[in-house]
Order: sequence, then structure tokens, then C-alpha cells
Amino acid sequence: MKSDHAKLCLVAALGALLLAGCSTASAVRVRPWEHAALADDTMNPDRDALGTAMTEHVYFAREAASGGRGVGGSGCGCN
Amino acid sequence: MVSFGTRLAWIAFVMAALSAPLHAQVTPGNAFPSLAAAGLSGGRLPETAGRVVLVDFWASWCGPCKASFPTYSRLQSDYAARGLVVVAVGVDDSLSAYQGFVATLKPAFATLYDSRRKLVSVAQVPTMPTSYLLDRSGRVRFMHPGFHGDQTERELRKEIEALLGEKSVSQ
Repeated sequence: MKSDHAKLCLVAALGALLLAGCSTASAVRVRPWEHAALADDTMNPDRDALGTAMTEHVYFAREAASGGRGVGGSGCGCN
Repeated sequence: MVSFGTRLAWIAFVMAALSAPLHAQVTPGNAFPSLAAAGLSGGRLPETAGRVVLVDFWASWCGPCKASFPTYSRLQSDYAARGLVVVAVGVDDSLSAYQGFVATLKPAFATLYDSRRKLVSVAQVPTMPTSYLLDRSGRVRFMHPGFHGDQTERELRKEIEALLGEKSVSQ
């Protein structure tokens, strides 16, 4: 009987710990007013349009993946 | 004799309690935290007692915040005589960023600096910018996350007109 009670407590404890770990407050969370670094232009992967276009072209040609980045096409690899 | 499981359960509940947010989000119906007690710097807090107050949280790195300032200037000039006060609270990391933004846009309303981000943390704004419309007793009556140009201005004007039309409530 006592052993069952202990097991129940253990399960409850593990469940509570799991919930505490999943809560958004305990996780590292950047608040809306702390987005200064994230809003910086250097954080934009598309800030260099020409560089992006060239990288995409190489990617399509090498990987035969035309259309793989949301561009219309069938992926025939014929570019 | 307290079992190991019971002890673990207590520890878990304490941890869960400690991980809970310190402040609940300020939403319509709540009293807005005191602006005077928030330790705001960068300017003088205008008289807000008995007035309808529009509190806006902004930052210099936030594009919609920049777009919102001309709208708030228009609202301030259109409704100030009837009892509206616009207070824009900057939450920048640095004072120079705050000052540069204000110097560039030259707003027609009061701007203050929440250097320690105390007020914004208490309000728990859901996004940047967020504006709160307070009635004459300091209670939040309308909250507007984000800024969407003319649509936001229309919504704010409607709410401001309604609040300005209400009779003064003694605090």
C-alpha cells in the first residue's frame, strides 16, 4: 500500500517536472521587446539579393533541384 | 517518514511554481501599471489623471513603430483638446538609439525611455509595437498589438472617440 503511494507520488513528480520543463517560461525565450539583435539587417539571410541568386543557381544546377526552393517547376534538372 | 517520491513531488511542484511567469499580460479590463512609478526617463511625463491615455511601446529597430509615429502625432493633435494624451515608451537597448529615433521623427507627443524595461516587462506586451488605450480612470479598455497603417488608425479613432465621450470617473 505504502509502496503504491510512493509510486504514485513518483509518477506525479515526474509529470510535474516534465510540465515545468515544457513551460514556455522556463525555456529560454526572447521577449518581443528583446528583438533588437534579431531585427538587425545582418540577421537577414536574403540581404544580398545577387549573392542569393547565384547560390540558388549553383544549388539548382548541382543538385538538379529546380523547384526545390518553392519555385514553380518539376525538378527536371534541365537548367 | 516522508517517502522519496513525496519529497520529489514537492520539489517538482516548487520548480513548476518558480517557472511560472512573474507578471500576467496586461489586457483590456486590467488597471494599467503606474507610468509615474515605472522609473521612466528621457522626458517629462505629461499629466494623465482624468484623461484618456494612449500608451505605445516602441523601439528604434522596429519598422512598424517608425510607421506608427505620424499616426500618433495626428491623434495627439486631433484629440488633445478633448482630453487625449499620447505617451510613447521606448524600450531600446541604448539611450543613443532611443534619442536618435526621437530626434529623427520629432513626434508631437510625449516620449519616455524605459531603460530597465521594467514597464514593458510588467505589461508583457505580445509584440512590438503594442498600444494600450486607457480610460479616464487608468483602466485598459483597448489593446492593439502591431501597427497596420490606416486600419489601425481607424480602429484607434473609433475607440478614442468612444472613450472621450464617456463621462469622467472619479478615481
